Amino acid sequence: MAALGQWIEDTPAHELRRRQESAEATFRQLGITFAVYGESDASERIIPFDIVPRIFLADEWRRLSEGLVQRVEAINAFLDDIYGARKILDAGVLPPDLIFGNAQFRPEIAGMRPPHGIWAHICGIDLVRTGPDDFFVLEDNARTPSGVSYMLENREAMLRLCPELFREFRVAAVDSYPDRLLETMKSVAPHGAMNPVCVVLTPGHYNSAYYEHSFLADSMGIELVEAADLVVDDDIVWMRTIGGMVRVDVIYRRIDDDYLDPLVFRPDSMLGVPGLIAAYAAGNVALLNAPGNGIADDKAIYSYMPEIVKFYSGGEAKLPNVETWRCREPQALKYVLDNLDKVVVKLVDGSGGYGMLVGPTASKQEIEDFRAALIAEPERYIAQPTLALSTVPTLADSGLAPRHVDFRPFVLTGSKGVQVVPGGLTRVALKPGSLVVNSSQGGGTKDSFVLMDGQGQRPPMAQSQTMGGMTQGQQQ
Amino acid sequence: MLMLSRTASSLYWLGRYIERADFVARLVEATVRLDVLSPRPAGEAAWVSALRVTETDTAFDQTPGEVSQKNVAHFLTIDSSHQGSIVRCLDMARNNARAVRTALTREAWTAVNRAWLVFDKRASVGGAVATLNLVEAVQTEARGFEGAIHKMLRNETTQFIRLGQAVERADNTARLLDVKYHLLLPEGERVGGVVDRDQWTTILQTVSAVTAYRWLYSEGLKPANVIDLLIARHELPRSLAASVEETVDILARLAKRTGLHGEADRMARMRHMRMAKTRTGEVIVSGLHQYLQAFLSENDLLHEAIGRQFKFG
Amino acid sequence: MRLSIDHHTIYRFSVPQGRLTQMLRLTPEDTHDQTVASWHLHVDCDARLRPGRDGFGNKVTMLYVAGPIDSIEIAVSGEVLTNSADGVVHGAHEVLPPALFLRATPLTLATAAIADFTASAVSAGTDLVGRLHRLNLALNARFVADRDRPVTGRTAAQAFALDRATPRDMAHVFIAAARTLGVPARYVSGYSRFAFGGEHRPAPHGWAEAYVAGLGWVAFDPSAGRSADEAYVRVAVALDAAGAAAVAGSRLGEGDEEMDVDVTVAPASD
Repeated sequence: MAALGQWIEDTPAHELRRRQESAEATFRQLGITFAVYGESDASERIIPFDIVPRIFLADEWRRLSEGLVQRVEAINAFLDDIYGARKILDAGVLPPDLIFGNAQFRPEIAGMRPPHGIWAHICGIDLVRTGPDDFFVLEDNARTPSGVSYMLENREAMLRLCPELFREFRVAAVDSYPDRLLETMKSVAPHGAMNPVCVVLTPGHYNSAYYEHSFLADSMGIELVEAADLVVDDDIVWMRTIGGMVRVDVIYRRIDDDYLDPLVFRPDSMLGVPGLIAAYAAGNVALLNAPGNGIADDKAIYSYMPEIVKFYSGGEAKLPNVETWRCREPQALKYVLDNLDKVVVKLVDGSGGYGMLVGPTASKQEIEDFRAALIAEPERYIAQPTLALSTVPTLADSGLAPRHVDFRPFVLTGSKGVQVVPGGLTRVALKPGSLVVNSSQGGGTKDSFVLMDGQGQRPPMAQSQTMGGMTQGQQQ
Repeated sequence: MLMLSRTASSLYWLGRYIERADFVARLVEATVRLDVLSPRPAGEAAWVSALRVTETDTAFDQTPGEVSQKNVAHFLTIDSSHQGSIVRCLDMARNNARAVRTALTREAWTAVNRAWLVFDKRASVGGAVATLNLVEAVQTEARGFEGAIHKMLRNETTQFIRLGQAVERADNTARLLDVKYHLLLPEGERVGGVVDRDQWTTILQTVSAVTAYRWLYSEGLKPANVIDLLIARHELPRSLAASVEETVDILARLAKRTGLHGEADRMARMRHMRMAKTRTGEVIVSGLHQYLQAFLSENDLLHEAIGRQFKFG
Repeated sequence: MRLSIDHHTIYRFSVPQGRLTQMLRLTPEDTHDQTVASWHLHVDCDARLRPGRDGFGNKVTMLYVAGPIDSIEIAVSGEVLTNSADGVVHGAHEVLPPALFLRATPLTLATAAIADFTASAVSAGTDLVGRLHRLNLALNARFVADRDRPVTGRTAAQAFALDRATPRDMAHVFIAAARTLGVPARYVSGYSRFAFGGEHRPAPHGWAEAYVAGLGWVAFDPSAGRSADEAYVRVAVALDAAGAAAVAGSRLGEGDEEMDVDVTVAPASD
């Protein structure tokens, strides 16, 4: 860790900034852009990139990985159970109305089982850290988590711009991710497919994450298809090629459940493939991730994850949740209403940092608006304490400064097991003191180094390097 | 694995739009030179013909401005209200490239994106020099794209792009010649009459053939030679002969790689055989305009046959 | 009772279609009080048919037709033996728990008006079944029967604002109303001998089922003001009519489509 501090000290700020700008120019040229919803000039922006990497030590990573594997195994077991035998409800671990009244539980696919019984093939688990050993899960993403292209592109930029860092640190490689993903896809092909044809299904190039879809298809060497390229006939999925129809076995779909199949979900969907769910129900195609997964990463379910992990793994959750008040419960609601200026309130079905109240930084008006909304529909909200999130050094206008971060590692589950890619997406809140890391709200990204064994002593306080005389503090 | 029909379609259209953007850029460049940089300014007529070559004269009539260098240059470059401007061509090229991002190399995509970025947030073209800088920037990026395509695997991805380029190029050259032939062969004047050197140069510049002309014809500028060069000399990449030959060649390569062979191949080969027998002198005598119109409609038919053959029509 | 059913659906397209994909819910299943004696599905063109089940456990048939196609007729016919069980459903293929059917859908969202109507309709009732019967009768009295084909996409709220209602509309209002009472309710599509009496009908019939603890699912037909009995044949259930639709289809091609439906239900003549 000292080496990072040394590197930062040795490299003048203007040089760091030059490299950072060079990386951003490359991202713009490559078209790594995203669209911001609700902006009239929503065309294309890049996500700001921070040149200072975030570092995980080998033993930290090992413990983190164990927790991630346990959690993702539980998510898969939960999905298989909740759409099948529903033993967890018989055991009284969850209130049934939390499932059956939840729009994320999709009756349209109840009783269907994905090939090999795997539901959440690609998970992104959002973590925050409050102390040396204190990682908390902030959110599970078991539908179509995005961001992995940033993990790979950020690494590529770091290798090009700061090669000296990779001499200093032995950093675990992340570039095997596409191979591992393809392996995962092939491993869950329906039985009998000898050389499974795998594709990535995108809503199209106007989608904000299109770059990632094309990037993944490109690096796996498989076709990037749109709904119009696929046809279901006789419960089998085919794609239209210049030489005729080719059978498809595995689809990594990056479109939401609602838009998968107009015969089953939204009938007005132009993005969907009519008959796709019939092909899936017949066991003729694998969908990654399986439809219906929203029930596992729903914010209302989240608060029960420790119990869910315990129910399926038989042990305590290795990765704890952030303490969560379920506003549907009267006592919790009362506490939240009494402490609105101290807590973070989230919509159960919101995402992207929208529909969220950050008490300590909110205006009086915002707090009163949320109070009214909470009283009107308490079951739509959960609340969490404002965490004393750790910060990491980040290049700001004035030089290096502490900024809050979160972290999304990616976990792959195939028929041969679960694996955690040694790296992930570190998102950073670029505004001083801000806790919101979403790219749509002014967040940026940085590379995440996972160090290999045999180097670096853990400092007394991880993530608190000294830099240029400034010691980073912790936001209360 | 056979390519997606939609991918083939996007690649083909990417080729067409990049080629078209490049052509319009060269046309604007040559017209600016003709208009303001030559000793005898050509004025309005030069810009009217530029509009006719790009088939945008009707669209231009809808705009409030009169025909002038400033207005037409703006219209043909950064005016996104009609399909014939460079910015719209690049927009379409980029949309097609985005749709097939996986099939392109980074370099090829980057070149298209950079060409598109030339126009990003640009509101006006400025004067003659600024216009020349702008269209030169487009040509530079188009050359970058060409280079990137050249370095890509010689597979069906590049073949579809090149097919689109070849079909578009044939179209552009025929159109250029058809509109300019009034200038080449003014009414009442015999071929070989008084030569407007500046007009000649415009045509040759637009198809990047100034040097080629000197290499291939030892005599000075002569209308019959220019027409011969643009129609029949396959040494010139932008001649009709070269485009026709290249189309046959690309289709044959595609057939070899994909096993798909059909009406487009037959049509292209027949056109090629006829082209080989074409004598420029006879074309001029029997009517250049009629010849070029027939060529253009045959090119459209070939375009449609390609769509059917590869199931993206 | 032995019921003979004939159900024809014809689609005509203004221009030939490149492809048709349809999900058909046209196959009744045996329950304790319903035995399918014979059942045939016939399509008048070259088509691939694949049997399956949807998430609600209904039997479905996927129908795939490669174009060009300018019309298609789907015909089902057969005979079903029924017993009366006072509207209580026994032995049906159930895959989802009653709690799921408390969930509102856009078609079955209750409004304040529906809730008020429900509250006053059931106020005098004591046991739940009695209250639901009152609701059923009140809805029957509230509407004039609309014998036309149901309007696709008409919500319970929209239907409640009108005087005339199709069986589907009334069932949607019943479902929305029952859920305001905390009673799970669902839509049933199928056939009824008594639906509007006439010989030929422009749509399959639709009614509602409500869940009564200790009794199970109980069928109510507000369009007839009675519980569904031996004159009824159940085919499919879902949260609303869209989920239980006899035909959900998608076509690849331009132009418009026109649909004709003809349903006849009669006592079998053996």
